[in-house]
Amino acid sequence: MKYFPLIWSALWRKKPRTIYTMLSIVVAFLLFGMLQAVAVGMSKSFEISGADRLFTAGKFSFTEILPLGYYSRIKSTPGVQLVSHASWFGGVYQDERNMFPQLAVDHETYLEMYDEFIVDEAARKEWARNKTGALVGKGLAQKFGWKVGDRIPIQASIWPKRDGRNDWEFDIVGLLDGKDENAKAQAEVLLFRFDYFDEARQFGQGYVGWYLEKVSDPAQAGSVAAAIDRQFANSPKETRTDSEKAFNQAFMKQLGDIQLIIQSILGAVFFTLLFLTGNTMMQSVRERIPELAVLKTIGFSDRSVLALVLSESLLLCVIAALAGLGIATFLMPGLAAKMPGLYMPPEVWAMGLGVAGLLAFIVGFPPAWRAMRLDIVHALSAR
Amino acid sequence: MGEAIVSLRGVLKHYTRGKQTVEVLESLDLDIARGDFLALMGPSGSGKTTLLNLIGGLDRPSAGSVSVAGERIDQLSSGQLAQWRARHIGFVFQFYNLMPMLNAERNVELPLLLTRLPAADRLRRVRVALEIVGLAERGGHKPSELSGGQAQRVAIARALVADPTLLVCDEPTGDLDRKTADEILHLLQTLNREYGKTIVMVTHDPKAAEFATHQLHMDKGRIGTGEPL
Ligand SMILES: Nc1ncnc2c1ncn2[C@@H]1O[C@H](COP(=O)(O)OP(=O)(O)OP(=O)(O)O)[C@@H](O)[C@H]1O
Ligand SMILES: [Mg+2]
Repeated sequence: MKYFPLIWSALWRKKPRTIYTMLSIVVAFLLFGMLQAVAVGMSKSFEISGADRLFTAGKFSFTEILPLGYYSRIKSTPGVQLVSHASWFGGVYQDERNMFPQLAVDHETYLEMYDEFIVDEAARKEWARNKTGALVGKGLAQKFGWKVGDRIPIQASIWPKRDGRNDWEFDIVGLLDGKDENAKAQAEVLLFRFDYFDEARQFGQGYVGWYLEKVSDPAQAGSVAAAIDRQFANSPKETRTDSEKAFNQAFMKQLGDIQLIIQSILGAVFFTLLFLTGNTMMQSVRERIPELAVLKTIGFSDRSVLALVLSESLLLCVIAALAGLGIATFLMPGLAAKMPGLYMPPEVWAMGLGVAGLLAFIVGFPPAWRAMRLDIVHALSAR
Repeated sequence: MGEAIVSLRGVLKHYTRGKQTVEVLESLDLDIARGDFLALMGPSGSGKTTLLNLIGGLDRPSAGSVSVAGERIDQLSSGQLAQWRARHIGFVFQFYNLMPMLNAERNVELPLLLTRLPAADRLRRVRVALEIVGLAERGGHKPSELSGGQAQRVAIARALVADPTLLVCDEPTGDLDRKTADEILHLLQTLNREYGKTIVMVTHDPKAAEFATHQLHMDKGRIGTGEPL
């Protein structure tokens, strides 16, 4: 560490240039942090579903609805341990921009199906008692200032009530939390009772959005899924059963490969950064040829000169990366207000620092090599 | 002449530029005694810097032997030479060659970074070296805040700080006015007389050479007769 002042001073030899370069790296890592958090968040929310959980939807489209009567038939399929169902409500709270999912679910089985959710006993009891009761994610409650006991209005955009009006109301009976970060992200929803939904809606009675099944032996999940679909083959409403994970991944493909888009954007950003930072490092070393020659004259070895230049590059990249990732982490809560459950996973920090190290090496190595090969006699007589 | 601290035998140095070979030094023999202050004079291009680089271990001869303090440095690898320079040689250049971003103390400290001395000892020795060159008060100043004479004193302190066997100076006063030059030369003289430093100094200036204990004249890569003071 005794070399630190030497490295640090070299880094700031041309302040404006260093600041400009650093800002570029900061911005790149800010972008990296944000986009990777989204990417990791997405891939995680698709990993969470246990392999033992199956998902049954209409064969041709996720938006097809399925008869309620399938419930008992699915339940009696060998290997199926538990069945539940859910329907997409697609309502709006106060403002179009307040986007969060609302699901009408079978309240008797849904929490058992999603046992990674945390709901306290009082809430479970009250939900069983109160037909218009709803459970809401902790983050959502915080964001909108909801408390247990509040009655909240949701405007339907798909499902009007019998009287033709769109204003549904739910009583908040409890909060939903998750056992880990992924479940927490998944818990940012509003769950209300299907029996209330089915009774109060104008049309669609007796139909649900999708079924969920838990199988007794996860190894048999594939054959159980096939057995379920076989039951409804050649019926007017054929089904397609997948593991929840596979479904989600298919869903992702439909949305477009966001991951790929994110990685290509970041790839382009860092490619540009490579040239910019590389040029800065190259220029900085070129200007310091006589100084580097003097260090060698004093007795600094070729390898230590190489190490000095590489350290300088590392310092530049890592400081800027820390700043960029720090700002991203700092901004994350604000972003999470729009996208509940979004947070900065530690692995994004680790990845970011890895990328910073790699960047430092790639841009630092050519000038460091040049500094190492520098011939003292030549460099000194060039003055 | 006392014990020779520098001893060159049959030294040859040529540079090759493409197919052309430039003979710079031709079968040169030279002994420098411990405690000597040698002024090396001669016209431009006569090979003074080349000779100095060989003595200081910055370059290796094409043929012949260079011994300094009993060690054959012409046989050392470039990595070994770097280590050797750190222990034995202090360099002073015409244009000071200080690190512009480091203050005087940090500049003087540079050679000590290569030793195992702890920070406190390094600082103590830096202060002593700055004291010797008369710049104890200027430790916190950057080179840009120093006059030419002061910058050269810092450079001399840097050359001294690791207590080298030999001080090697290439036109140390070439960039200074008469008065400042004389001050620097007095300083070198003091280092030689009171601290017993062996000094080899290249200079164009006959007045500067008068400060030395011996003078040597070079011409076209050969050493003429030394004219004693
Ligand atoms: N790296 C090199 N490649 C080729 N020729 C060189 C090189 N270095 C020095 N020379 C040549 O060697 C000769 C002696 O150069 P040197 O620098 O030793 O002279 P000098 O006596 O120090 O001159 P000055 O008083 O101008 O500093 C010159 O003719 C020079 O052109
Ligand atoms: Mg010269």
